[in-house]
Amino acid sequence: MTEKLVVIGAGMASGRVLEHLFESAPDAYDVTLFGAEPRGNYNRIMLSPVLSGEKTYEEIVTHDAGWYAAHGVICRFGEAVTGIDRDRKVVLSEAGETPYDKLLIATGSAPFIIPVPGKDLPGVITYRDLDDTNAMIAAAEKPGGRAVVIGGGLLGLEAAAGLKLRGMDVTVLHLMGHVMERQLDPTAGHLLKADLESRGIRVHTAANTHEIVGTDRVEAVRVDAGTEYPADIVCMAVGIRPETTLAKAAGLACGRGLHVDDKMVTSDESILAVGECVEHRGMCYGLVAPLYDMAKVAAKTLAGAEGAYEGSLTSTKLKVTGVDLFSAGDFADADDREEIVLRDAARGVYKRLVLQANRIIGVVMYGDTADGAWFFGLLKDGTDISEMRETLIFGPAYAGGTPLDPMAAVAALPDEAEICGCNGICKGQITSAITGGATTLDGVRQTTKASSSCGTCTGLVERLLSVTLGDAYAAPAAQPMCKCTDLTHEDVRRLIKSQELKAMPAVWQAGHWKTSCGCHVCRPALNYYLLSDWPDDYVDDGQSRFVNERNHANIQKDGTFSVVPRMWGGITTPDELRAIADAADKFSVPTVKVTGGQRIDLLGVHKQDLPSIWADLNAAGLVSGHAYAKGLRTVKTCVGTDHCRFGTQDSTGLGIKIEKAMWGSWTPHKVKMAVSGCPRNCAEATCKDVGVICVDSGYEVSVAGAAGMDVKETEFLAKAETENETLDLIMAFTQIYRENAKYLDRPYKWVAKVGLDWVKERVVDDLDNRAALVARFKHSQSIYQVDPWAERANDTVTEKWSPMADLTLEAAE
Amino acid sequence: MNAQTETWIDIGALDDIPVRGARVIRTRVGCVALFRTAKDEVFAIDDTCPHKKGPLSEGIVHGKAVTCPLHNWVISLETGLVKAPDEGSVQTYPVRVSEGRVQLDPAQLAQGAGA
Repeated sequence: MTEKLVVIGAGMASGRVLEHLFESAPDAYDVTLFGAEPRGNYNRIMLSPVLSGEKTYEEIVTHDAGWYAAHGVICRFGEAVTGIDRDRKVVLSEAGETPYDKLLIATGSAPFIIPVPGKDLPGVITYRDLDDTNAMIAAAEKPGGRAVVIGGGLLGLEAAAGLKLRGMDVTVLHLMGHVMERQLDPTAGHLLKADLESRGIRVHTAANTHEIVGTDRVEAVRVDAGTEYPADIVCMAVGIRPETTLAKAAGLACGRGLHVDDKMVTSDESILAVGECVEHRGMCYGLVAPLYDMAKVAAKTLAGAEGAYEGSLTSTKLKVTGVDLFSAGDFADADDREEIVLRDAARGVYKRLVLQANRIIGVVMYGDTADGAWFFGLLKDGTDISEMRETLIFGPAYAGGTPLDPMAAVAALPDEAEICGCNGICKGQITSAITGGATTLDGVRQTTKASSSCGTCTGLVERLLSVTLGDAYAAPAAQPMCKCTDLTHEDVRRLIKSQELKAMPAVWQAGHWKTSCGCHVCRPALNYYLLSDWPDDYVDDGQSRFVNERNHANIQKDGTFSVVPRMWGGITTPDELRAIADAADKFSVPTVKVTGGQRIDLLGVHKQDLPSIWADLNAAGLVSGHAYAKGLRTVKTCVGTDHCRFGTQDSTGLGIKIEKAMWGSWTPHKVKMAVSGCPRNCAEATCKDVGVICVDSGYEVSVAGAAGMDVKETEFLAKAETENETLDLIMAFTQIYRENAKYLDRPYKWVAKVGLDWVKERVVDDLDNRAALVARFKHSQSIYQVDPWAERANDTVTEKWSPMADLTLEAAE
Repeated sequence: MNAQTETWIDIGALDDIPVRGARVIRTRVGCVALFRTAKDEVFAIDDTCPHKKGPLSEGIVHGKAVTCPLHNWVISLETGLVKAPDEGSVQTYPVRVSEGRVQLDPAQLAQGAGA
């Protein structure tokens, strides 16, 4: 026996149910279809192209009267259903009663009208059906017409774009902070807004509509801030709500929408529902894909087959010609989520994947959405993407398979692939810089800024150089810092500064260290970089220092140590000499030697005696000479005007002042200085890291000399007129060296890398910068200028310098 | 002494050894260095680098290895073996931490000396 199926609502959802039903069980039901609109079924989501004029109504019709007739459906279009009598199983309408065995409710949704004054004025239209669309098309025929669209969601923006294409002057008012906030993150929202504005559509976000102004028809829209936007029509597109009036009146269970189970059956087993009117597992849907999923299941249920709808993951594309936008899933930030982002600001490309436990849970794409479907597939399937994570963001063309040869991978990147995240530089910009003449890493850095901030992309940039130039590119000898990392010292210094990394574990994490706690190569360097860059925050790690700096004495080949007290500027006194002699006697120091830096060296002190000998020397006013430090060693002087008949200035006094200002400062490598009182240069200032030659008219400061494995004369930095200016120049030079040099590069090596002109610009020419460098140096000194001997000369510390236990007697049992 | 039973003797508190550092103990067979890693593991090895007798206790501790302070040979604290490309080995000794105290087996120490 053929049952009677009554369908309320002739939209896309019910149309799809009937299609499926007629395929699987063509003769199961006599079907009666009620539709509020006086026409058949059309593809509602294609209304936007109709509005914009890119399609006609005829092109978007899916089921016309002929189709329904061919399947024996009795169509009652334009006839409003007024009620459902579930006890008697009849549908009530203007024409009377229609009995049913099964009822399918597909009443869709109704546009949400915000309850503001003037909402009922003529000229205020919603954007839901063909009538709305035609009303807007008619309004747009008036030349110079102005439209205000309230709502910057999917529908509102499509309406705005359509009206703009129809020649109207369009303003969008959106309540939230960025457009399409349910589908887009703020970045993509911003790109979209910029894109719309470039099409001449004004977009005002955070604009709460206060009133629609007009006497007998709409004239303007006023927002909370008081601004009025003149309007000939107002399109209200703030959202939709499930249309459940009939269902509620019939006593069916409803929440936001009409409740259905997984078989699309309502609380009455004879009544099914599909589409935007339903609420399934707490979700209401306003997009077409879930409707189609529901329709399949409803058709099966009606045909007596098994089927279950388990909810839909939805993706969104904005149907505005020329705007490529795709979003799917959940893309809010959360602690357990990670993200992969690709940006090309210049071309308006933005791709963001939100990952949770190695699975994609959210996708936002803007500007280039070609891979949207692929990402959405991975999202829906819950695919584990850990294997292809490196290239995931570049889409299916680069994903999976064997790990790519790094060169091929770089060569295969699209031009808009972002290489430098810090500066937002993409591959195309870099390759054009390279072909434009920037054939070295530094050249690329100077031209594009790529790799000049944190440096993590340096490897990529070098590969680009190599790919672009081929054999013409000679890779620099940029060695990784150590085997724990691929980053160079320079990369790490940039990383520490740009990401404000203030602890070693933070650097290991950010720099992708391959070891758990570094090694003897990187740890001392990192310790220096961190204490140099963050004097206030970083706590010096003694266990990351070389033995000499840890013990504040120089280890000798037999494991004993040498002790060198500071003699300021090489000046000493009989009392100090007596104290040194006494200490040498007391601790049986085998060798006492005068050093090249005008100090006295006590060699052969046992480790456990160090704190005691320091205590004795401290008592005589002597402090650590830092003869062991990557820091200021000595300031060597001649006797100057005090005694010398050729002396032009007080070289000894200046040397002492310099030493008093600079002692205790940690530097990338040791720093030796000297002050000579005249150009005869008895203090040998012209082979030091910093040397001062006094002349009648002032002080000639030169830097970057060497007298070790390399011998090199200093280079002239600047001439100062006063001692204070000399001191400032020296402090500024030392500080810029501290902030920029690679660990274990003496100043002469570092200056050779950056160029003396680079240094001069910042230390000599730019007086503000010089002052800033001096201030930073002094600040660091306020923290680090402490005598390590005094700190360690007390008794409790002394224990740690002795053996922990003596088993020589114990084991003799 | 009964070779079948382990007799552990107390050396001192774990906290007496700096993290990623070392302390030395004197024994009949020379100085032995007790190392404490970042993960609070403790190892005991001879305090003498096989290269030029550098005091390993003064080296930088990283992972389960120490770098000799004199010429940067890297020695495994677990095995006493010198890491390539250098060659050699250092005697290791059983050591344990019990209730925050570092304990050594003196018998093993004597055997080590004989080995």
